[in-house]
Amino acid sequence: MLSRTAENLYWTGRYMERAENMARILDVSHRTALQRPGGAVDADWKSVLDILGHWKSFLAKHEAPTASAVTSFFILDPDNPASIYSSVRGARENARALRAAISAEMWEVLNTTWFGMRDLDAAGLERRGLREFCDWVKERSHLFRGVSHGTMLHDDAFHFLRLGTFLERADNTARLLDTKYHLLQSADAGPAVTFYEWGAVLRAVSAFRAYHQLYKDVISPGRVVELLVIRREMPRSLRFCATEVSAHLDLLSKGRDLEAQRLAGELNARLRFARIDRILEAGLHKFLVEVIDGVAVLGNQLSKDFMMTV
Amino acid sequence: MADTFDEMHGTAGAVRSPFAAVKRWLAETPHDAFAHKRQEADLMFQRIGITFNVYGQSAGAERLIPFDIIPRVLNAAEWKRLSVGLTQRVKALNLFLKDVYHDQEILKAGVIPAEQILRNDMYRPEMRGVDVAGDVYVHVAGIDLVRVDEDRFYVLEDNLRTPSGVSYMLENRAVMMRLFPRLFSGASVAPVDHYPQELLRCLRSVAPPRATAEPVVAVLTPGPLNSAYFEHTFLAEQMGVELVEGQDLFVQDDLLWMRTTDGPRRVDVIYRRIDDDSLDPLAFKPESLLGVPGLLSVYRNGGVTLANAIGNGVADDKSIYPYVPDLIKFYLGESPLIENVPTYRCADEKDRMYVLEHLGELVIKETQGSGGYGMLIGPRSTREEREKFRGLIQKDPEGYIAQPTLALSTCPSFVDEGIAPRHIDLRPFVLSGRDGIAIVPGGLTRVALTKDSLVVNSSQGGGTKDTWVLRE
Repeated sequence: MLSRTAENLYWTGRYMERAENMARILDVSHRTALQRPGGAVDADWKSVLDILGHWKSFLAKHEAPTASAVTSFFILDPDNPASIYSSVRGARENARALRAAISAEMWEVLNTTWFGMRDLDAAGLERRGLREFCDWVKERSHLFRGVSHGTMLHDDAFHFLRLGTFLERADNTARLLDTKYHLLQSADAGPAVTFYEWGAVLRAVSAFRAYHQLYKDVISPGRVVELLVIRREMPRSLRFCATEVSAHLDLLSKGRDLEAQRLAGELNARLRFARIDRILEAGLHKFLVEVIDGVAVLGNQLSKDFMMTV
Repeated sequence: MADTFDEMHGTAGAVRSPFAAVKRWLAETPHDAFAHKRQEADLMFQRIGITFNVYGQSAGAERLIPFDIIPRVLNAAEWKRLSVGLTQRVKALNLFLKDVYHDQEILKAGVIPAEQILRNDMYRPEMRGVDVAGDVYVHVAGIDLVRVDEDRFYVLEDNLRTPSGVSYMLENRAVMMRLFPRLFSGASVAPVDHYPQELLRCLRSVAPPRATAEPVVAVLTPGPLNSAYFEHTFLAEQMGVELVEGQDLFVQDDLLWMRTTDGPRRVDVIYRRIDDDSLDPLAFKPESLLGVPGLLSVYRNGGVTLANAIGNGVADDKSIYPYVPDLIKFYLGESPLIENVPTYRCADEKDRMYVLEHLGELVIKETQGSGGYGMLIGPRSTREEREKFRGLIQKDPEGYIAQPTLALSTCPSFVDEGIAPRHIDLRPFVLSGRDGIAIVPGGLTRVALTKDSLVVNSSQGGGTKDTWVLRE
């Protein structure tokens, strides 16, 4: 496959996953904010900005992290590279160069999603409601994933698409957890705070029910972290993502010894043989930062091993 | 202007036989159903992504070319005549290109003044003495035809470099068949779907001497900002070959390679959709980032085939166009089966005098212009525009030709006021391979949707129609 095609596939996967994750975060923050007394609301929206490291670029455009300012910044702003608008556009632009490599159905999903996004303005978003909009984005992402799975050849093209998906997802899950790590040390974390704060994290990754199925107990921070870091059956956990990345890389290597494969194996082993109490003792923040860095290094290595310019 | 010939009604008003099925369909279908289907067609084009980028507007501004759902129909006899005439013309143009880059017999014989060729900007000295695979220069030609009456078609223009529009020929048909399946079951329309297969066959047939056993073909595009990008992706997809940009290719060991995830891979035939000037920064425009450094040298040494060949511009330039009938006689010893539009060359003093006296009746074209830019349509022009062109012609006579304003045929089309006749042209696509010429029965019919307009170019608000050739 052309290296540039591989790169376009990888970014199509990443951008679509990024749009979905952004919708998840905004959806949950919105719900959490609804349950707060008035004054504390902005803090929730600020934490959204923190997750994505966009506090500074946000302040350059807006005065305070109000609900409408943050949502418009992360949904509609064409200049914000992290906005859902930019992600959907990015996915579609990359796919435009791929028309010979992906199925017609995949292209049509991305193309139609883009038209829906392009034609949305602030008034339209207001009418539609944030929840419904976020559901739509998630649905489009699910549709794209399903259509990809069901219509394209499961060959190299598929592997590159999935590499993009899982590297993006790992990065996102790690950042989501990282915004809450400070609560682990906080003295006033009573049962109610725990429920709402960590419950929100679970909901953001569609894992609220999964948590109860697995642990059959009230929500405890340690277990939430465990679920999202090392449980292999949880499709948005770091370990799950790392396992998928390794598997796709093994299929792409075709007998070569690639550095990306080694890096992925290392990350995979680390998550597979980790113990959650050790991670918490040593400091969750430190651990998560290492994972985020590891994912970035792996992304760069892909460009070297497959001659992409990622 | 004489009476305009209408494809459906001729000049007499009775329905011509090729249009019988279409006429019946128009009569039987309620008009609000058509409105609904037209919307559906637009939606389909948008969803599939058949858009073109408009130059001069903000980057990435994508527009749909208006699609008119009333097909343009040619019967088998009409098509047969056209296809024989097109074959003759393209064959002669190919021989002409081989000649001007080798022995130059035609210049020695004085059929065309030598300086007309050798001093033409489109003449590529780099191609002198270069043998191209199978002696084929014009792998894909788009010949623009217009019709003026029952029997007469004229060639308006030859496009021998990177003609576009074939994806519309194919998608227009696909959309029509999806929208109106019953219309097709009532008419016997020759299929066009096999065009990409014919193109692939043609490209593989001209693999260079040093090609691999299974020649690898790729489509070379300038990238997503090009106006015909959709077509590039479409053809690559339909042929099942890679769509490459310059950055995906490199030259090594006097061969051409593409960068793949499994390492470098040889490329034997490039169907290029970028200009000569941009192909190789070492040989042509050094600032161009679209091409591949060193490509020309590999090409000249027979390491890769470029389709179309470099230097074809010297054969489709508007200043050469008036000589094409002479080329046909010179190389084939035959009279042209499809005539040229009578053309005045402003470089010729007698012609120029005539043109300057009749600016209000003629169409003036730049010899290097394309896309409907830089032309004057005399009868529609203002005094000011005519004076501007008078000055331009006097300053640079070689830069202009003139033709009588033709009464282009019309075809019924859907417009705001209902169904009304609109002027059309026809661009069939002619494929030349090592073993001869192939033409898929059909082409792109462009329609000037503005009342009385003669400009069919999509960049100037023209639309397209499905083009039917009926089987015998």
